[in-house]
Amino acid sequence: MMTTTTTAPASTDLLTVHAVTKSYGTADKVFTAVKDIDLRIAEGEFVCLLGPSGCGKSTLLRIIAGLMPATSGEVLYCGRHIKGVNPYATIVFQTFALFPWLTVEQNVTVALKARSVDPPTRHATALRLIDTVGLDGFEKAYPRELSGGMRQKVGFARAMAVEPELLCLDEPFSALDVLSAEALRGELMELWLGKKLPTRAILMVTHNIEEAVLMADRIVVMGKNPGHVVTEIAVELHHPRVRKDTAFQALVDRVYAAVAGHTPSEAESLGTAPGQPGHTRRLPPARINALSGLMERLNEEGGRSDLYRLGADLQLELDDLLPVLESAQILGFAQVTEGDAVLTPLGKAFAEATILTRKQLVAGRILRQPTILWIFETLRQDDNQRVARSFFLDKLRADFGDEASNQLDLAIKWGRYAELFDYDDDRDELYPEPAQE
Amino acid sequence: MRRPFRFGPVSLSRPSISAADLVVVAGLGAVLALAIRLAWRAPAVVAGPRISLAVSALPWYALLSTSRMAAAYVLSLGFSLAYGYFAARSQAARKVLMPLLDILQSVPILSFLPVVLLGLSALLPQGIATELAAIVLIFTSQAWNMTYSFYQSVTTVPQEMREAAAIFRLSPWLRFRVLDLPFAALGLIWNSMMSWAGGWFFLMAAEIFRVGSRDFRLAGLGAYLQTAADANDLKAVAAGVITLILTIVLLDQILWRPVLAWADKFKVEMVSSDAPPPRSWFYDVVHHSHLIGWLRRRCWLPVTERLDLRANLPAESEGTKGRGLWRRLSLAVLALLGFAAAAALLFGFYRAVVTLAGLPAAGWAALGTGVLATFGRVVASLVLALLWTVPVGVAIGTNRRLAGVLQPVVQVVASIPATALFPVLVLALLRVPGGLNLAAVILMLAGTQWYLLFNVIAGTAAIPQDLRDSADLLRLSRWQRWKTLTLPALFPFLVTGAITAGGGAWNASIVAEYVTFGGETHSTVGIGSLIAQATAASDYRLLLASTLTMVLAVVGINRTWWRWLYLQAEVRFKLE
Repeated sequence: MMTTTTTAPASTDLLTVHAVTKSYGTADKVFTAVKDIDLRIAEGEFVCLLGPSGCGKSTLLRIIAGLMPATSGEVLYCGRHIKGVNPYATIVFQTFALFPWLTVEQNVTVALKARSVDPPTRHATALRLIDTVGLDGFEKAYPRELSGGMRQKVGFARAMAVEPELLCLDEPFSALDVLSAEALRGELMELWLGKKLPTRAILMVTHNIEEAVLMADRIVVMGKNPGHVVTEIAVELHHPRVRKDTAFQALVDRVYAAVAGHTPSEAESLGTAPGQPGHTRRLPPARINALSGLMERLNEEGGRSDLYRLGADLQLELDDLLPVLESAQILGFAQVTEGDAVLTPLGKAFAEATILTRKQLVAGRILRQPTILWIFETLRQDDNQRVARSFFLDKLRADFGDEASNQLDLAIKWGRYAELFDYDDDRDELYPEPAQE
Repeated sequence: MRRPFRFGPVSLSRPSISAADLVVVAGLGAVLALAIRLAWRAPAVVAGPRISLAVSALPWYALLSTSRMAAAYVLSLGFSLAYGYFAARSQAARKVLMPLLDILQSVPILSFLPVVLLGLSALLPQGIATELAAIVLIFTSQAWNMTYSFYQSVTTVPQEMREAAAIFRLSPWLRFRVLDLPFAALGLIWNSMMSWAGGWFFLMAAEIFRVGSRDFRLAGLGAYLQTAADANDLKAVAAGVITLILTIVLLDQILWRPVLAWADKFKVEMVSSDAPPPRSWFYDVVHHSHLIGWLRRRCWLPVTERLDLRANLPAESEGTKGRGLWRRLSLAVLALLGFAAAAALLFGFYRAVVTLAGLPAAGWAALGTGVLATFGRVVASLVLALLWTVPVGVAIGTNRRLAGVLQPVVQVVASIPATALFPVLVLALLRVPGGLNLAAVILMLAGTQWYLLFNVIAGTAAIPQDLRDSADLLRLSRWQRWKTLTLPALFPFLVTGAITAGGGAWNASIVAEYVTFGGETHSTVGIGSLIAQATAASDYRLLLASTLTMVLAVVGINRTWWRWLYLQAEVRFKLE
């Protein structure tokens, strides 16, 4: 028998995640999404999972909610194993996941119907919750008639309808415009802090550092390749928290430093060539234009800038900023230390150079990246100076699996920019740029 | 931007001829051989129905024809939902079901008509056999694209919606009702409309099918038109055509338009689009009717409520012992059925090989020339269709005023099944030298040109305005504009249209190349003609060989030529 209240002693954690690993694929091609994750959530806590895209934070959330099984390790809820979907948890989704053909009220009641609640109670509960989130009058509206913020309110109402003990939020504000997101955050915090929710703990996934500092009691910072917990940072600021507070800003800075890490040594950072033993570093999904923009901006700032401010100034989310920064680090144009980005002399030269000189600078540096060097050498040693795309793809699959095609496309972009090699789309072949012969 | 609707098969991006294909074709051969084995016992003389040419009989005939369509459609819908859902849910099932579906949808359906007719006639009383054969035939023409559409929808339900259904623990039934089915509804309805329109073509063919002393005709609009043409009764022909058009328009108004208007709420896009929602006067009437509202409250809602609650997952403590036993039992039954089916197929395959081995060399030579002759007609009809549909379609697609005037007209004309008018065509052309050849090409053309025209219109409408503006700004000459903008942009649409059109043309050959008219039999060289002749002469070897040859020819062409063009279209000419 399972009941919601009797079996959990007050002192233990609501949720314990122990050594959870999730990997996909079979023996020869394994992709590990998260590795050896340990996490605890106590009664009454608001915990944020924070990290760049690809760090497996959403995967972890789904394992916790029971939507997918872990490959190894265990998830305990109130000290017990739960098979399949955790009946005491629910999720508010990033894209709302409302059923577009059901009205606001039907979207809320369908969750109750699945729990065999009788129609009058369903109706009453739905009306009360729709009222709570401030949508009364919209019961008969269809989601497409609502704004993004209002849709997410329906998402919250639906989640609350099943009275979850553990409320999981999967980037619930990231698909909203800035103002709606801010309003909705405030309303959620008001309900949560005012103990107006039957919820015992909240777990939120986000890549927005300010949002995490604004709302959470504790921030779990995750890193990628494979996803792991970097550190945990307790947020002990009083509510309501104010963004302009120095304490708030200092904490945001600290979290930024934890997320961005620091520039590793060169050998460690570049890795080995595809096919060779050792870890092959991925090319970050960054646009070259964005790199130029970042370098120029850093140069204007005098060569050093706070990542937090840089992101805000360039209106870049963490997910967009980090790959650009990573490519700058691979090229040796910038370094990251203590939450700051620092321009190297080479980076300064790049920022001040003409377009042609920039290409030459990149050409000189990008060849240190093992994947690009390997493609370049292969092409030059080929008798016909033309090699089929599929040749590279097959080799890259051993290192990157399903990502191989994206990696090759990125390599081609860099090769084209640096005028090292080019790609013939009609014949699916790569060839060296004539200038390099 | 909303992706414009493309009329045609969508499954060609699969690998070219594979082992699975060969297995499926061999299986088809086995099934055919078994059916033909039955056909041996089919009566040699079949008396057809008496068709009255009185105008007062027309409503009754229209009702008969429509009922056959409805029966076949209900069958198709049920099949699509079950097959598509099963294929989408079970990985193992998908591996078998999807290649099977892929071949089935490129098989020329009409080539099976004789075999099915003969097989059923041997088993059942004549009236029932012909009715059933017509329904089976229409079913096989309707089911595949609906199934494919439903399968595709179920497998592309957005991940977060699926997760929401899981986290709120919707029962499989409730998830089907509030997620899978609504998500698939629009595609299913569009495909239903296409299937329904295509069904008329096959129904008319089935209603007028008559070879030698076997008269397999069915009382209905098709047979009426044929009898009228046979009797040279132009007044009756006119009355028949008008009734047919009225029936089709009426069904459109009180069935498909209302369904489309109702289904507008199943649009998945979260933005309200600029295009006005589809409207239907009949839907408005029904929607505001008190009787319907009362039925909904009193019957529909209580019933679904009970179904929904009953389907909910039982409490967690409930034992799984009984279910385990049930599961094992059903597995055993399935295994037994599978074994029986496999044995029957093997036997059928053996029969097929034995039967085919007995076919003399002259027979094979005739098959070769037949395929080539029919192929020539198909190509001719496609070229002719392209020659007029591309300029006209582009004109309609670019000119809004023209589109407003022509589109309704085109829709009505296109909805007349070409097979219904075929007897009239024969009446007109039989005296011309090479008349049957010409009539055959015109029938193929008439049956297929609409797919092309609609695709050209859709393709033209999909050319982005900024590209058209650039073409204007660059002052491209007429020819340059066609070469650099219009034709490349149309290419994917032309290919999908031509694939469907080509399939339709092969189908038409069965009724077009062999005609019994005014008591005389006229035939021309072709594979369709061979199938019909074999049926008339009870030459079961030739019937099996010619039917299989046609299947192989069409599947082969689809898998090589069309697949290659389709890939080109997908990779190089896609406007994103």
